[in-house]
Amino acid sequence: MEVTTKSMPYEAWKDNEYIESLVKELQDNGTNVIVGSFDKLINWGRSNSIWPLTFATSCCGIEFVSLGAARYDMARFGWEVARSSPRQADFIMVAGTIVHRMAPVLRRLYDQLAEPKYVIACGACAVSGGPFKKSYHVVMGVDKIIPVDVYLPGCPPRPEAMIYAIMQLSRKIKVEKFFGGVNRQESQKEFLAKHPIADVED
Amino acid sequence: MADTQEIITGLFPKATFEEGDILTVVIDDSQWHDLAKALRDTPELSYDFLVTIVGMDWVEKLGCIYYLTSTKYNKRIAVKISTADRENPALTSVADLWHIAGIYEREVYDFFGIVFLGNPDMRRLFLSIDWKGFPLRKDYDASPEVNPVPQDNERQSDFTNVYSRAEDGKIECRQERVFEENDFVVNIGPQHPATHGVLRFRTAVDGETIKKIDVYMGYIHRGVEKICESLTYPQTLHFMDRLDYFSAHPYHHGLCLAIEEAAGIEISRRAKVIRVMMDELSRIASHCLFIGTFCMDLGATTMLFYALRVREQILDIMDKTCGARMTFNYECVGGVMQDLAPDFVNDVKALLAVIPKNLKEYDKLFTGNVITKNRMEGVGVLSRENAISWGVTGPSGRASGWACDVRKTNPYSIYGELEFDEVVRSEGDSMARFKVRMDEIAQSARILEQLVDNIPDGEYCVKVPKVIKLPAGHWFRTVEGCRGTFGVYLESDGTTNPYRLKLVTPSLPAAAVVDSLTRGGKIADLITIGGSLDYIVPDIDR
Repeated sequence: MEVTTKSMPYEAWKDNEYIESLVKELQDNGTNVIVGSFDKLINWGRSNSIWPLTFATSCCGIEFVSLGAARYDMARFGWEVARSSPRQADFIMVAGTIVHRMAPVLRRLYDQLAEPKYVIACGACAVSGGPFKKSYHVVMGVDKIIPVDVYLPGCPPRPEAMIYAIMQLSRKIKVEKFFGGVNRQESQKEFLAKHPIADVED
Repeated sequence: MADTQEIITGLFPKATFEEGDILTVVIDDSQWHDLAKALRDTPELSYDFLVTIVGMDWVEKLGCIYYLTSTKYNKRIAVKISTADRENPALTSVADLWHIAGIYEREVYDFFGIVFLGNPDMRRLFLSIDWKGFPLRKDYDASPEVNPVPQDNERQSDFTNVYSRAEDGKIECRQERVFEENDFVVNIGPQHPATHGVLRFRTAVDGETIKKIDVYMGYIHRGVEKICESLTYPQTLHFMDRLDYFSAHPYHHGLCLAIEEAAGIEISRRAKVIRVMMDELSRIASHCLFIGTFCMDLGATTMLFYALRVREQILDIMDKTCGARMTFNYECVGGVMQDLAPDFVNDVKALLAVIPKNLKEYDKLFTGNVITKNRMEGVGVLSRENAISWGVTGPSGRASGWACDVRKTNPYSIYGELEFDEVVRSEGDSMARFKVRMDEIAQSARILEQLVDNIPDGEYCVKVPKVIKLPAGHWFRTVEGCRGTFGVYLESDGTTNPYRLKLVTPSLPAAAVVDSLTRGGKIADLITIGGSLDYIVPDIDR
């Protein structure tokens, strides 16, 4: 099954093996014809209007601003509705370094996002700590605190790269099973069980 | 310089002097407060601007170096005080003499554990109250097991500590409330679109009127100063891009100047011209983004798109020469990394052609607007005295009538030969801070116009040794970043790594002053004032 989005030719994607393995994993048990059709319809809608949370800690956030301005214009893709409240957003673009003091705050923001929710680790700091690998106060990758869907390297990534990353996310959303067993949520539950926070019900 | 030394010797016979790049006074802690008062209040000295407090760990003792500047005579002096007690180090506070000293002392306490007696608010600044150890001490245990990534919400305290010396010489700690007992405290940030990043204001309000703000920092404290101590000099450079990411070029310039001065490297004129042109291009780009985001905070979203148009044009010029849009890592020890791109001159000329038109357009769209005027004029007035006492430099300081442009007061590189005006206004309100930046765009364009046709030939980078070793000593350099005075304190013990690298950033005072500017104002004014001060949060926290 060739999964693509925004008229991007399938061959132009760099990691088709991954998406194919994901499709295989999700559809191993077969799909119900009726539910599957509904899935396709609703995922078409969802993948074309993913709303980001306005969240930026450092340099990557400024490139995200450029992404919203006229030149790169993410409104073309339906992502321009950046919400300031996590309860109205679909995904967090973790744009910038996350440090020890910020870690519980980010986790709380993630918990406040409405299901289904997604995370893009944007920039070298969010992916792995980046240039601050030797620091005493930096979290070495946000995947230590929250589950990540798309990793986007770069310091900071160019706006074009950000477009590519969000398109990857939209492609992932397209193959999900929205009705019935949402496979993604299972892995998310496992992750949250392994990373408990006191006084927070997951 | 000799006069200063004589006056100080006359008043404090016990003070000793060290010769270095500037006059350094060494004095015992018991006399420090009196000396500080004399330095500030004696008319012939009037050192009224506290540039920074550099905390130091010399292993056998802990201490501080205070850098003071006289705005009247344009001189600088350093004062060194120290204590041999590593278990319970304590020094005298000067928070009652300079407003900003209170914040700088908290920073030193956070990093070195030195307690300041008499400081009314002795909490940690960037790290949480449960943090174990003091990271910039040389014997700090950095293993992640000691301070793991927190899994719980941070413990908060409504109390602050005040230390004083009892009569028997012991140090006493008294707890005091940050806010009054019945205050209604609202949290603004760290995740809030109007704080320009992850800054948090704990705001005590009475209805909609602000009573007090506790500025809570450290949500992006990355420990750059500590990392630098384990890197070689050229490796430390790239962190300058990531502090204030709009002033990447000026900050690089500052650290390069300090290293070159210490190593005795003379760079070519071509490299100097390129550096200055890049500085001014960044200044225009930075002020454009300021206009865009500031207007967006006030509700004029459209301005962002207009202002970013020019910024994108500048980023294209940078992209062609430096190969990146934001973190350039372009200036290096001895010059710059790459030669200019072939169409650099044409691109800059095209930019200069559109800037006057654009400035006119911004004025038409925004500056004259009646809503703009109502929200900005007379809001957050910062007087000249307070600007100096709080150490608010850069465009915000100049809007208060303080001529603090380092390019004019201590011209570095080729700034002494260039013709440009220092934009100074006297109102000190948010509107003045906005207008100063608008006018500075025009002045930066003027500098570029003088240089664009006169880029001399020559090498863009002189030959420097592969391994850069600095002689033992210390150096302090300041340059004008896009947001104000950026200072680099460099101490070397003769190896390839800095012994201590202290970065003095303009955003920390700008964030610290928010409390005093907003008192008695409305919450909506907080957004205006915060936006007009134009702090960058990673620049505050480093």
